[in-house]
Amino acid sequence: MTVMTKKPENPTAHLTEADVEQIGVELDAIRQSIIDDRGASDAAYIRRMVDVQRKLELGSRAVLLASAFPPAWVAGTIGLSIAKILENMEIGHNVMHGQWDWMRDPKIHSSTWEWDNASTAEGWKHSHNEVHHTYTNIVGKDNDLGYGIMRVDEDQRWIPMYLAQPLWNAINACFFEYGIAAYDLELGKNLSIPKEKRSEEFKRRARNTLTKIRKQATKDYVVNPALALPFGGFLPALAANFTANVVRNVWSHSVIMCGHFPEGVETFERKAIPDNETRGQWYVRQMLGSANISGSKAMHLMTGNLSHQIEHHLFPDLPSNRYAEIAPQVKALFDKYELRYHEAPLPQQVGSAWHKVVRLSLPNGFMTTTTPKNLPSQMKLLYGMATGGPKVRRAAQARLEQQARRIKAAKAA
Amino acid sequence: MSSFSSLRIGPSSGRGRGAAGLRAAVGSRVRRVAEAAVTPLELDDVLDVFSPLRAGGPLRGRIVAVHPETRDAATIEIKPGADWAGHVPGQYVRIGIDVDGVRHWRAYSLTHGPRADGHVSITVKAVPDGHVSTHLVHGARPGTLVHLEQAAGEFVLPPESRKLLFVTAGSGITPVIGMLRNLFPSTDEGVLLPPRGADRDIVVVHVAPSQPDSIFHDDLVALDAAGAIRLVARYDDEHGVLDVGTIGDHVPDLAERRTFACGPSGMLDALDAHHQEHGLELFVEQFRTSRVEPGEGGTVTFSTSATDVEIDGATPILDAAEAAGLLMPSGCRMGICMGCVLPMREGSVRDLRNGAITTAVPGETDPRGVLVQTCVNAPAGACSIDH
Repeated sequence: MTVMTKKPENPTAHLTEADVEQIGVELDAIRQSIIDDRGASDAAYIRRMVDVQRKLELGSRAVLLASAFPPAWVAGTIGLSIAKILENMEIGHNVMHGQWDWMRDPKIHSSTWEWDNASTAEGWKHSHNEVHHTYTNIVGKDNDLGYGIMRVDEDQRWIPMYLAQPLWNAINACFFEYGIAAYDLELGKNLSIPKEKRSEEFKRRARNTLTKIRKQATKDYVVNPALALPFGGFLPALAANFTANVVRNVWSHSVIMCGHFPEGVETFERKAIPDNETRGQWYVRQMLGSANISGSKAMHLMTGNLSHQIEHHLFPDLPSNRYAEIAPQVKALFDKYELRYHEAPLPQQVGSAWHKVVRLSLPNGFMTTTTPKNLPSQMKLLYGMATGGPKVRRAAQARLEQQARRIKAAKAA
Repeated sequence: MSSFSSLRIGPSSGRGRGAAGLRAAVGSRVRRVAEAAVTPLELDDVLDVFSPLRAGGPLRGRIVAVHPETRDAATIEIKPGADWAGHVPGQYVRIGIDVDGVRHWRAYSLTHGPRADGHVSITVKAVPDGHVSTHLVHGARPGTLVHLEQAAGEFVLPPESRKLLFVTAGSGITPVIGMLRNLFPSTDEGVLLPPRGADRDIVVVHVAPSQPDSIFHDDLVALDAAGAIRLVARYDDEHGVLDVGTIGDHVPDLAERRTFACGPSGMLDALDAHHQEHGLELFVEQFRTSRVEPGEGGTVTFSTSATDVEIDGATPILDAAEAAGLLMPSGCRMGICMGCVLPMREGSVRDLRNGAITTAVPGETDPRGVLVQTCVNAPAGACSIDH
């Protein structure tokens, strides 16, 4: 994939300016219909969710007191993993989006919620709600595109470091919460600044994040295992907490990869976005820059309804329990304006996203031009690109792309 | 928090104070460990799941019964949480209740004196387009959790006054009935006249549109029949609208009495003018603060920075405040990230996306203010924002 405006066929070429504005009007109407209708049953939904999650977490932690006994370890770890997933996805993510602010309940409010995660609510609300949701999929503005450590678009320049990105991505999946915390702090950028020149704001946020991580680690790796100590279960309980955190991390990483990374999701060029982007234009960017996961109700719940990523990106502040209900209307709108409603089952979307991570870890055109026969010479070329300077890389890159074009043209003919 | 916070004495201050100090020190340690075990939740969040009315939690109550009074009024009986500090008859309580999923706060008079079972009650009259009062009268169900603040209000019986006059209109009777019920309990055997009420000489002038619409009509008549009070009931449909200026005709010894009045502002203003003219003392209680009708634009007062900004009805508060030099919290500037949310204490704002009006009325909406997104809301009349 490449930024939409550089593609041979722009998927929005058939839309007139009036169409785009009309899309905005129709989507606003869908949004308003939910706002007019939300009420007691929605409030009951999120309260029940919070109640179930807390009971599941406490119950699982109680079972883990006996984690020296293997069946208790298994049951407790599964329960705790599910509880942590619900807490992060269906509750935390959505509450911090302000989806439940309309209830005016100070306990379930975007301004007061803190989640079971290494990143602070404050940091996450900035990098996610503000930066990512406003500048969705704009290369260079939306850091969610590869989280600053991966290349997920042809238009990002290839450097040798990217060869290791499938490995980074796997490690990032396991420790995703710490990756997100580092990402919220823009750690890469800030650590490259000399210590004395770092901003007070960064130092304050870094302190808050470290405090949060310390509290989280104390809970999962000290206090709760210590409570199991009288039953001989310190290490098993610690292992259970670690496992639950990794399960939660891998799961949320997978779900989040499905939202914007699968092949076919559009990215946008910074200079192609007008300064005064209209509501309609913003909506169209969200429509083409997101992908859904199809599946059962349980799947939607466990993904925090991010399986309805398209609906979520159009209406990030509507209650998550309503996305399934408006999805058919949104899909009908895509059909009406002949736009692609990107939806597939979880394994397919995860596979597609990983395929892209691997493909883009290599220079553009490398996969197209590589055959079993020319593998040795291709590997030599790659080695040269990885060890040579920028000049060598540019020259080799140009050759690769030329070859790839020729192969594609030959196939087409 | 009160009872738990009393346990939050540091370990050092607990030393050398005997068993109580030791318990406090241990309690504080236990609590710290428990907090560490449930972070990022607070211990209260966890305890709330199991025991929302416990001591130490935020003050709440549970509705135990709803007794209809008239066709549009009902008494809501509430079991308050363990930290309820009690009340004096005549005081009111602020209640937070969820209507259609949205939390609303209102103040209502407590209509029973302190009861043996510890329950409290409010009596609510459903006012037209008052969706909280309508919900309480027709939609409240036993078992519902409500949020409470401690009882408050100065409109209570003066212990030293013997001769009293109550002037009430409509639901203005509610604080008065609380006082009367406390003085003269109503039982199966009828109204009792215990010694604490015996030396009082009370006249109640009660005004209502009609007799069937009059809350506590039967109670007032029973109190009158038992000789506890002298009731002057005035019904608009029967006697015509009462001219407050003629109150002396109904209460000849007006000058000897202390007047307590509760009702709509029109009546209270007229009574105030009358009493001032005659040099008489008046104590009033008024529930509904005057509500500003939402309009187009207005002055926004930023209370913490003590700045007033004049904003038209089409400019987001965030933009205008920044233009006036205020450092505002902000985010996406399109209403999606909630980075600009601030509490509004008073006034109305209009959502520029769909025209929806959000109003904050002190005493009626959340005591901490109603949170509004400043990037997509313009003032709809004067409003006050905490920033």
